Amino acid sequence: MSPRPGFVLEVDKSTPPTLFWHGENFRLERLPTGSRIIYPPEPMDGIKDPRAAIAAALDAPLGDSEPLDSLLRPGLRVAVCFDDVSLPLPQMQAPDIRQMIIEEVLERVARAGVEDVKLIAALALHRRMTNSELRHALGNRVYDATSTAGILTQHDAEDPDNLMLIGETDMGETVEINKYAATADLIIYVNINLVSMDGGHKSVATGLSSYRSLKHHHNVKTMVHSKSFMDHKNSELHSSNWRMGKLLRDSGIKIFQIETTLNTDTFPPAFEFLQKREWEWGLKDRASFVGASESLKRTPPWAARKIFHSVRSPYKLTSVQAGEVEAVHKRTLENVYRQQSVDVEGQTDILTIGLPFIGPYNVNSVMNPILVHCLGLGYFFNMYRGQPLVRKGGVVILSHPTRPEFDPTFHPSYIDFFDEVLADTTDPLKIEAKYEERYATDPWYIHLYRKGHAYHGVHPFYMWYWGAHALDHLGGVIILGGDPKTTRRLGYTPASTMADAIEMAKSIVGRDPTLTHLHSPPLLMANVH
Amino acid sequence: MIRDFLSGKRIFLTGGTGFVGTALIERILHSLPDTELVLLVRPGRRTTATERVKKEILRNNCFDSLRESLGREQFEEMVSRRITAVPGDVGRDGLGLDAESTKLLGSCDVAIHSAATVSFDAPLDSAIEVNLLGPSRVATAYRSALVAAGRSGHLVTVSTAYVAGSRRGKAFEESLKQSDLYPEIAWEKEVDAGRSLRKDVELQSRTKERLAGFQSEAHREFGAAGVAIMADETEKRRNDWVKAQMVELGQARATSLGWADAYAYSKALGEIALEENRGDLPVSVVRPSIIESALSHPYPGWIRGFRMAEPIIISFARGLLKEFPGVPEGTVDVIPVDLVVSAIIAAAAQPPPNEMTFYHVASGSSNPLKYGQLVNLVRTYFGENPLIDTKGQPINVPAWNFPGRGKVQGQLRRANQVLAASEAVMSRLPIRSRQNNLASDISEKREIAKRALGYVELYGAYAETEAIYQVGRLADLRSTLDQKDLEEFDFDPIQIDWDRFVSNVHLPSIVEHSRVKTTTAKKTGTTKRERTLAGLLAPGNKMAAFDLENTLLAANVVDSFTWLATSQIEKMEKATLAAGLLAEAPRLLALDRRDRTDFLRHFYRRYKGADRAELEKIAFDLFDEYLLKRSFPQGLQRVRNHRRAGHKTVLITGALEFVVAPLAPMFDKVVACEMEVDSKGRLTGQLLGAPPIGENRAAVMLELAEEFGIDRSDTIAYADSTSDLPMLEAAGQAVCVNPETKLLQIANRRGWHTENWERAKGGYPLHLPIGSGR
Repeated sequence: MSPRPGFVLEVDKSTPPTLFWHGENFRLERLPTGSRIIYPPEPMDGIKDPRAAIAAALDAPLGDSEPLDSLLRPGLRVAVCFDDVSLPLPQMQAPDIRQMIIEEVLERVARAGVEDVKLIAALALHRRMTNSELRHALGNRVYDATSTAGILTQHDAEDPDNLMLIGETDMGETVEINKYAATADLIIYVNINLVSMDGGHKSVATGLSSYRSLKHHHNVKTMVHSKSFMDHKNSELHSSNWRMGKLLRDSGIKIFQIETTLNTDTFPPAFEFLQKREWEWGLKDRASFVGASESLKRTPPWAARKIFHSVRSPYKLTSVQAGEVEAVHKRTLENVYRQQSVDVEGQTDILTIGLPFIGPYNVNSVMNPILVHCLGLGYFFNMYRGQPLVRKGGVVILSHPTRPEFDPTFHPSYIDFFDEVLADTTDPLKIEAKYEERYATDPWYIHLYRKGHAYHGVHPFYMWYWGAHALDHLGGVIILGGDPKTTRRLGYTPASTMADAIEMAKSIVGRDPTLTHLHSPPLLMANVH
Repeated sequence: MIRDFLSGKRIFLTGGTGFVGTALIERILHSLPDTELVLLVRPGRRTTATERVKKEILRNNCFDSLRESLGREQFEEMVSRRITAVPGDVGRDGLGLDAESTKLLGSCDVAIHSAATVSFDAPLDSAIEVNLLGPSRVATAYRSALVAAGRSGHLVTVSTAYVAGSRRGKAFEESLKQSDLYPEIAWEKEVDAGRSLRKDVELQSRTKERLAGFQSEAHREFGAAGVAIMADETEKRRNDWVKAQMVELGQARATSLGWADAYAYSKALGEIALEENRGDLPVSVVRPSIIESALSHPYPGWIRGFRMAEPIIISFARGLLKEFPGVPEGTVDVIPVDLVVSAIIAAAAQPPPNEMTFYHVASGSSNPLKYGQLVNLVRTYFGENPLIDTKGQPINVPAWNFPGRGKVQGQLRRANQVLAASEAVMSRLPIRSRQNNLASDISEKREIAKRALGYVELYGAYAETEAIYQVGRLADLRSTLDQKDLEEFDFDPIQIDWDRFVSNVHLPSIVEHSRVKTTTAKKTGTTKRERTLAGLLAPGNKMAAFDLENTLLAANVVDSFTWLATSQIEKMEKATLAAGLLAEAPRLLALDRRDRTDFLRHFYRRYKGADRAELEKIAFDLFDEYLLKRSFPQGLQRVRNHRRAGHKTVLITGALEFVVAPLAPMFDKVVACEMEVDSKGRLTGQLLGAPPIGENRAAVMLELAEEFGIDRSDTIAYADSTSDLPMLEAAGQAVCVNPETKLLQIANRRGWHTENWERAKGGYPLHLPIGSGR
C-alpha cells in the first residue's frame, strides 16, 4: 500500500477532537464546524539498502562533479563537515544517517591515501555537541577512531586563528569561514535535509562561518523579506547564502556536497497515534493516547522532557544525492517536497498550531519562551510556498505551556535576552539596533560558547528575527495554555481555553472567521493557492 | 511693644536644633528685625557649630517662606549678620565656652534655655546631666559672664507643664519648692545617685556571666561572623543593656516620687536646682504642655521631628494600635508650637522679674481638647483619608474602646512574647529568600507590637493625666501686649478651633511628615529599589566584590568535591560516595557554622593525593555540567553589568582555585583557596595561606581596592551569609543575596540592598552532585 498524500479536512459535527502538541504534553481540541485541518502526507517508504544508495550516489555525482574517488589522492587535505545536533528532530535511531555516510566517505578517503583529514561539526553559532551526541551522530567506530586523535573537531566561530576571510560578495557581504576547511583541497559536506530551508550553499556559507559573515543574512531586514525562508527562491536568506556560495566557488574552494532526505516517520510505536488521523485511531491508539497523556499529567515537566528527549525517531532515508552543490540541492528539494507538500486552497483568518517539546535548538534541554516564538512564528508559520497560510492581519494561535524555563548551560544569553531585552521591547528592529552588537561581542558568552556548550551570545536575536516576517504579517498572536506573564513578555496574549482564544482572535479578525489547523506531527509544507 | 523692647538687643539661645528652638529662631528673624542671636550649638563629630546651624537649622522648611520673601542672597546676608554660633555644651560646667564666647554671652540681654532631652525614656543619667543640671549651668555661666561684663540680664528657661507630676486637679504657675504637694528632694543627692548608679550598672554589665550572655546573643544573631564583628556586636549589646538599665532606673525613680517618667522628674528637679543656683539672676520659666504642630506660623502644620503624639496617631491609622488607654472625658493638653514661641518671646520682652516667674502655656483650663473628641476626630479623618497598606488597599481604622492601661499592656505583652518566640525559631531555621518573607513578616509584626507596647507604656500616663494647668499668669502676661503684639505674638489658647486644627492642620501635617502611603496610585518615577540599583551600577571608579557560594551559584565546596571525585569512578560507586558525603553533611554543616576556616581546612584534606593536572582538566566539565546549571543567572548578569559600568569585578571565595577558574573571564581578579602541590604534581591537602574567609575576606577586598586605586567608599560587596559580615561592613555599599534570616534582619536594620536571585528553572533537578566522567 503506497502512502496516502496529505489532505485538507473540513470539520463537521462528526469530526472527533483534534490532537494538538502542547509542549511535553497534548491537548485534544474540538474545532468549530467549518474549520479546516491540514493533514500531512503519510511517511514514504525508505530506501531498502541505504549503504548501497550512498555508495551509488558517491560514484554517480550530479552536476559538474567527478565521482568522489577520483577527487581523492594522496597528499590532499580533506575536510569532512557535517550537520550538527539540530538535525534531525528528534535524533534518529542508530545508525544515524551521518554515521553511514561518513563511514563510507572515510573509507574512501583512507583507501585513496589521504592523510590530512579532519571531521568538522558545522556548528555556526550553535552550541558545541556533547561527546555523547557526537558519538550518536557518528557511531562508535568513527567516534572512537577520530575523537582522541584530534581528527574530530567542532567549528569555532570565535577562534581568530581558525577563521579565514574569503572576500566580499558583489553585494558587499563579508564571507569568512573555517580556516581548515577553506585551506582544504576538498570539502565534503554531509547534510540532512529535514526541511526545505536546510542544505544547498547554506551548508558551508552558514555552517562554517562566523558572526561577521552571518550577520549579512541573519538580520531583521533579510528575514522580513524571506517569504518564506522555507522557499529558497523567495528567500532573501537563501539569496545571500547563494551569493556567498558563488564567491566560495569562485575563490577556488571545492565542495563535494552530499545531501539526504528522510521520510516523516517521526515517532516509534509507543507514540504512533501522534501521526495518525484522529478518526482512524484504533483501540490501541486510543489506549496509548490515554495512557500517555494521563501519565504525562502526573509527571513533572522535567521528567516528561527527559522521556521525550530520549525518543529516537525511526526516520528512513528517502534519497541521497552527491556532487555539485546546486544540482544536488535541486534534487534534494524535489524529494523534500514530494514527502511534505500539501495543496491548500486560500488563506485563513486564524491559524492554529500545536507546538511540540522540541525544536532545532533545544535538543536535550528545555524549550524556552524565545524558542517557542521561533518554532511557532519562525518555523511553522513559514512552512508555506506561495502565500502564508494565514492572511495579512490574521491571527496565529499557538498551543504551548511557555513556561519561563531556561537551560543555563546551553542558553545563557537567552536568559539575559528574556530578562533585559524583551522587558524593554519586542520590536525586532529596535532589538537589533540597540542590543545585538553588545550580546554578540560579550566576552562571557564567547567564553561559554567556545569552552562550554552554550549557544553564541547573538543566537537568541536570530531566533527573534526568525519570527520577524510573521510579526510583520500578523494582526495578533495568542498562546493557548501559555504562562500569562511569560506570554505577555513575548508581546503575545495568553488564553486558557481554545474557545477563549478564538473569541480573542475574533476581536482582531472580525466575526465568523475562518480557522485552519496545521496538524503535526509530522511536518508538512503547504502550497497555498 | 515687644519689637521695640527687644530692638537692638542680643538673645543667647540654647537648643536651637530642637523643635521649639528652630521655631524661636525663625520667629526672631522674622518678627524682630533688630534683634541679634547668639546660638549655643554642640559641634558634631565632623561639623563645626556654624555648619550645624546652616545644615540642621537654616535648611529646615521652617525658614522657607522667610527665605522666599527675602530672596536667597538677602536671606544669607541677614542670617550671617544677625546670627553668631558659639560652640559649647549644656552638659558641661561653664557650658564649655571659650573666653571669647563667654564675653559674647556676657553681652546678651536675654538668655533663652530651650535645650533638653525630650525623649520620655531617656536614661536616668543623661536626663540628670541635661535636664536637671542644664538650667543651673546656663544660669551660672550667664550670671558670671554678666558680672564680668558689668551688665544685667534675664534668663527664660523652657520647662514642661508635666513637672506637676501625676497629681490630680489644679496645677498652679508657681515654684515646686513652695508647693507642699511635692516631697522635699535634695537635687544634689539625685545627681550623685544617678552618677553612681551609672557606674554600678557599668560594673554589673561587665561580670563574666553577663559578658558571656552578650556574646552568646551576638553569636546567635551573627553566627560565624568573625572576631571583629563579634566583639563589636557584643560591646553594642552591653551598651544597650546599660542604657536599658538606666532607662528602667530612671522610670522607677520618677514614679517613686510621683512623676510619670524620667523626663518630667528631671525637668522638675531642674527647676528646683535652678531656683537654688540662680543667685540674683532674674529667671522666667515657661512650662508648655504637649507641643504639637504650628497653628499658623511659619505655616499651619509646620512640625519638626517626630513628636510625642504622632507615633501613636500613625500607628492607629495603620491599624497597628488597636487600643490605647485613656478616659474619653480626660483632657489631652496640646499646644501648638507657635503659641509656645510667642509666649517665650513675650516673657523675654518683660522687664526682668525679681522673683522667679512661672508661666503655663497650656490649653486644658481655658480651651480643653477632650480625649474622646480627639479620638473621634482622628477616626473620622482616617476613615475619610485612609492610609494604604503594602498591597495597595486602604487600612481600616479600629474602633477605640478606651480600656484601662493594664489591660492594653497585658494584651500587647502577650503578643510580643509569642512573636519573639516565633522570630527566634525562624532565625534558627536554615531558610533563605522566599520563605524568608514569612520570617520578615513575623519580624515586622513583632517590631510593631514592640513599638505599640512602648507607646502605651510611655504615653499612657499622659492620656490619663487629670491635672488641669492653670494659666492665670499667662493671661497676665497677655494683658501686657498691645494690639500690634497681639497680631504677631498672640498665645491665647482660646483662638484654637480644635476640630479645624486637628482635621485640617495637624493630621495632614503629620501624615505628610511620617511619609506614609496615602494613595493607591503607583509611584510615578522610580522606586527606591530602582534608584539603589541605578546607584550601584552608576559608572565610575568602583569595585564590586562577590562571594561565590549561594551568592552567584547554589553549590558549595562539598558538592564540588563530590562531583570531581565521582567523575573518576564507576557508576555504582558514584552513588555510594555521594550518599556517604550527604550522610556526613550535618556534621560538616555544624562545623561550618562554628568556624568556616576550620571547616575548609578539615574538608579540603580529602583532596590529598589527587592529580592537580587531571582535576584542572575536568574542572570545566564540573562548571559546565553542574555549577553553571546551579548558577543564578541574574547574579552572573550583575557581575557583567558592573563591568559594563567600568567597575572592577573581583571574586573572593573559599572554593579551590581550579574549581573557580572557568569563572575567571568575568572578573578582574579571582582570590580563591590554593592548595600545595607535591613534586609529583599531587595535591597535599594543605592550603597555602589563610582562606579568604571572614575578616580575611574583608582584608582581601580592601587590599584589592587599594591595588586598583579605588576608595573604600566606592566598593560594593555581594554576599549571602553572616560569615561575610566583615566584608559587607567594610564595603562602601553592601548587597545581601538570598540572605539567611539572621542576615536579612541585619540587612533590613542597616538599610542594605537585598537581592533574591534564583536558579534558572527548566534544568533537570540535580539531586546528587555526580560527575558524568565523559
